[in-house]
Order: sequence, then structure tokens, then C-alpha cells
Amino acid sequence: MWDYTDKVMDHFRNPRNVGRIENPDGVATVGSLACGDALTFMFKLGSDQRITEAKFQTFGCASAIASSSALTEMVVGMSVEEAAQITNKQIAEYLGGLPDQKMHCSVMGREALEAAIYNYRTGEEQPVNLDEHIVCTCFGVSENEIWRVTRENNLSTVEEVTNFCKAGGGCGMCKGDIKKIVDSVVAERTAEQATKPEPTRKLTNLQKIKMIEEIIENEIRPVLKRDHGDIDLVDINGDIVTIAFRGMCAGCQASGATRQGFIEAKLREYVAPSITVVEEGK
Amino acid sequence: MNPLIYLDNNATTRVAPEVKEAMLPFFDELWGNPSSMHNFGGQVMRYVEEAREKIAALINADPSEIVFTSCGTESNNAAIYGVAEILGDGAKIITSRVEHPAVLGPCRHFRQHGYDVVELPVDGVGQLDLAALREALYGGPSLVSLMWANNETGTIFPISEIAEIVKSVGGVLHTDAVQAVGKLPIDVQKIPVDLLSLSGHKLYAPKGIGVLYVRRGTRLQTFLIGGHQENGRRGGTENVPYIVGLGKAAELAMAGIAEEEHRVAALRDKLEAGLLATCPDSRVNGDRRNRLPNTLNISFEYIEGEAILYHMSDLGICAASGSACSSGSLEPSHVIRAMGVPFTAVHGSIRFSLSRYTTDADIDYVLKHLPAIIAKLRAMSPFVN
Repeated sequence: MWDYTDKVMDHFRNPRNVGRIENPDGVATVGSLACGDALTFMFKLGSDQRITEAKFQTFGCASAIASSSALTEMVVGMSVEEAAQITNKQIAEYLGGLPDQKMHCSVMGREALEAAIYNYRTGEEQPVNLDEHIVCTCFGVSENEIWRVTRENNLSTVEEVTNFCKAGGGCGMCKGDIKKIVDSVVAERTAEQATKPEPTRKLTNLQKIKMIEEIIENEIRPVLKRDHGDIDLVDINGDIVTIAFRGMCAGCQASGATRQGFIEAKLREYVAPSITVVEEGK
Repeated sequence: MNPLIYLDNNATTRVAPEVKEAMLPFFDELWGNPSSMHNFGGQVMRYVEEAREKIAALINADPSEIVFTSCGTESNNAAIYGVAEILGDGAKIITSRVEHPAVLGPCRHFRQHGYDVVELPVDGVGQLDLAALREALYGGPSLVSLMWANNETGTIFPISEIAEIVKSVGGVLHTDAVQAVGKLPIDVQKIPVDLLSLSGHKLYAPKGIGVLYVRRGTRLQTFLIGGHQENGRRGGTENVPYIVGLGKAAELAMAGIAEEEHRVAALRDKLEAGLLATCPDSRVNGDRRNRLPNTLNISFEYIEGEAILYHMSDLGICAASGSACSSGSLEPSHVIRAMGVPFTAVHGSIRFSLSRYTTDADIDYVLKHLPAIIAKLRAMSPFVN
């Protein structure tokens, strides 16, 4: 049997806030029947713009049910902005911890919360980005999600990544790709620690990576998407930013010009003038 | 205080009181080494040989064909390693996708060492495709390892036809009969398997004792090199109390198989019919026409197995699940997947396995409480409303 805490068992046996809300302000479903767990999460705001009610429906194991129940308790009384800050770690901590192999249940909670907040802000379902690079095809886990859980939870092995977001837990073919991501994050972390003591205005690696990601997300990707193209950030090594073109951009004659004249120029403008952008495999 | 409703006998059985009783003298009085050249030790050998005879009788083998091992996994490993090493690399090993990991593991090990390993598919009820077996056997010496009955679904393979097919081309046939022995009549004179694995703790003997039946004339590499015990096939001082216990268990099993086929099967059928009637969207996994008398594998759609198990456990009901979460991996049971069970049902499979100690009241208790658990979890499932 799993070594569940008393709090996990309590939330499993007596789940709080099961059900649905009439006309919720935000609602979302993540996961699927095929994957073995799924969660529908919804919330309602009061006149003070704070969450007054949160409900859930879960298909899943004891810790999936407990994580969902915990989440509904945690968010009540919070503003949407505060709720948006909740991490999977906090959900697990609220329950007194989860077994390593069950950490993905807390990640599912955080994903549902985020998707419901997206729904509240836009009135729409959080879109599935079909161009996003899926690393684990068994469980449909994207590269971005793996970067994120690895960073947020301080992970350093492929096995830990599997425990947290299931990636690599099926056929195992993607373990090499996951290892590359984990290794990069570990290197990031080491570099960050090395630079920490210096009270300099120079960007740390982590800050730089975050900025590059943000610029790509907000300045570059939307432009490429207008032409049915897309971009993946493959690697950042010092000032060398490796990217890959997706969608219509892949194989486009003009992609060289796009890379230098547009992407590199943007990154030099917003992040650092020393940046060079290269295309993966070229 | 909840009663203990133990319906997980394919995982392990309780030790029969008669078995325990038979073992006790071999801790307190007859604790000598059967190989010793003094009467205190030497007198014990007689009891080891008596046990060997009882086990041989259970499967209609010759006592000299019975090799004691430490468990079913050791028996399976010994059979597959022992034959594969003799056939040499390049040889073919044929098995199925629904075997126990103690068979699939060793077979896949040899795949990495240059052997041609074929895993035969099964159909929707877990039955083997005999045409695929015939095709796989084409050309070259082969070791075939196919289970007598499946531990998860209870599906019984057509072992008689399998043996006929394999022997007609001169292949070596091993069968993992861990779940079948004691539940079904087994006669190795009628069904010419070369090697057969069985395990004590699935038939009311303790954990830590197993047997590999080796048909006379079967070439098999020694699997534990050491002393002369077990005809030199497996060195190591005999585990006398457990061997005696297994002998007693075999004797009880011989007397009890008829009961297993009638009383236990009737209870299983009652459980099956009751659950199908009271729990909508449930389906039986396995071959209902060719199935172990004690096993019921049933899927409750749109809910997850581990959650069902934990709620049942709170009420004292012990069962098993093929869901991903209960297995510690992220994928549901390889048996359930190999059968192509629909995605709505793969994560909600529960295995009930009865025993000679299961009572009518046990079944009534499950039928009284389980529908409410299913309903509670369904009410919580995002896929139901």
C-alpha cells in the first residue's frame, strides 16, 4: 500500500467540495480517461472578487481525489491573482506530503487551477497548442511542462520528472529527451548558484532564460502564428539561443531571414545585444 | 471492527492449519540435515521424499521429476534460463503478452542476448491465437513458455492443444501453472508439458517454497550450482519444513479440487452476477467459458481501481486491481492492455480471487457494500454527469 498521510486519507475518505457550481466564473477539465486521471475544477467569485466557492469532480486514485479536495479548500478566500500563485508543491504540502510516485496528482491540481483561471480571464477554454513540442507521446506531456515541473520542484533526475508529470512513464522512448531537459535545468541551477553572491546588475542565467522565453512567447510566437508557423526554444547556452521552427516555418525558404532579421533582432533588443540565434541541426 | 473478507487469493493464500501443523515438528524435533550420515539427520530425508511423492501425485508425475525451489519466480527463471542456455543464442523463445513478469522478464533478458523472442498476442477475452503460435514455431529449435491460467483474469489457455502443437515440431514446452495447480486437475501424462512451475503460497502452503516439474529426458542446465541435492539440479540444503508443508498442501489440494470447481465456482458466479446486476457500466474481463473457478476480474467504467481498493479496504475487503495507480507504474496492467479492454474500463479493473475458505457470507458482504462504493466514486467522476 502507499504510505499516504492521515490528511491524504481524510481528504480521500471525506472529500470536500465535490460537485459542480451553477454558472461558475472559471471552470476547466484536465487529464483524460485514457491517462487514468482527470479533474474538473470550478470556482465562483464573490462581490469582493475573492473566491467564495470551489468544487471538483475527479476520476483517479486516492491521492488524485485528495489533491483535488485539498485544492478546493486552499483557494477559497483568495483573489484570482493569489490563487494563480499556487504551486503543485503547496498542494502536496497542504496534504502533509505525497509519495514520490504520486506527485503528478498535485501537478494535475495546479494544471486544473491554471486552466480554470484562464477560462475566467478569457471566457474560453485553455487552448491546446497543437504546435507545441510533445516530448512524451504516451501521456501527451509537452516540453514546456517538463521544463516547468523540473524547475519549480527542483528536480534532477528523469525518474523524478516521471513522478511529477508522468512523462517517460509509458514506453520510455522519450527518456533521453527528458534527460537533456533535466541536465539543462541542473546546469542552470548550478550556474545560478555560482552567480548568486555577486551583487551585479548583470542578468543571471535563469533571468536571461526567463526573459528569452517571455519574449518568444509574447513578441515572436504570435507573429509567426499569423503565418501558421511556430517556434520552439530548444536550448540556451550562454548567449547562443537554439531554436527550431515548427508548422509552416519549418522548411520555409525565408526562415533564415526570419531567424536573423526578426528573432535575433528582437532578443538583442529586449534581452542582450550579445545574443546569437541558431537553428537546431544547422 | 470490520470482518476480514479476503478475496485476494491469487496474490497469496493463508496457510492451511493442517499444513502448519504438519510443519511444526520439523522446527522443534526433526531439524537435522537430510544429507547427514547420522540417523538424527538422515531420518528426515524420508519426509522430504514423502512430500515429493505427494506433489508428484497432484500432477501425476514421477517423484524424480519434482525439483524443489524457493518460489514460483525461481521455477520460471530456472526453466527459461535452463533451456535457453542449452539451446544457445539465436534460438527462439515464444511466450505471450499476458505472462507473469517472472516469465516475461527472463524472456526479455534473452532478447537482449541475441535470442529471437516472440510475444504472442491475445484476443479480447485473453485467449491465445493458436495460429500465431504455429506460425512462430516455424523453423529452428524453440522454447515455448505459456501459462496454464492467467493470474489477473483467470483465463485458461488451451494447454492441451498448445502441447500438441509444440511437441509436434519438437519444441520444449514450459508452463507457468502457478495459478492452476490446486484449482484445476493437472495430469502431465495426458498433457505432455516438459516443464511446469508451481508455487506453495498459492495453494495454502507458506511463501518461500515452489516446485519445478522437469519431465524425464528434458535437457536443463543446473540452476543452483553447489551440492548434490535435487539430483544435482539445484544445490542447497533442503528447506525441510516448507517442503513438508507443501506436501501436505498438495494432499489437501487433491482432495479439494472438486470443491474448488463446484462450491468456489458457484460463489464466484454469485459475486459476478450480483455485481453486474447492481453496478451499471461494469464488464467482466477474461474468458468466462475457460476460467479459473475462483477468479473474477471486473471493470467498473469511469472510475479508478486504487480508489475502489482503498474504500473496500476500509471495510475489510481485500482484492486487487490492474489500474496504473495501484501497480506503482503509470500504465495499467499489461494483461488488461494486451486484451484491448476499452479505455473507459482499463483503469477500473478489480480482481476478486476466492479460496476454499471463502463463505457465502463473505460474498453477501461484498455485494452489500461494493455497489455503494462504486456509486460514491461515480458521483465524483467528471465523466458520469
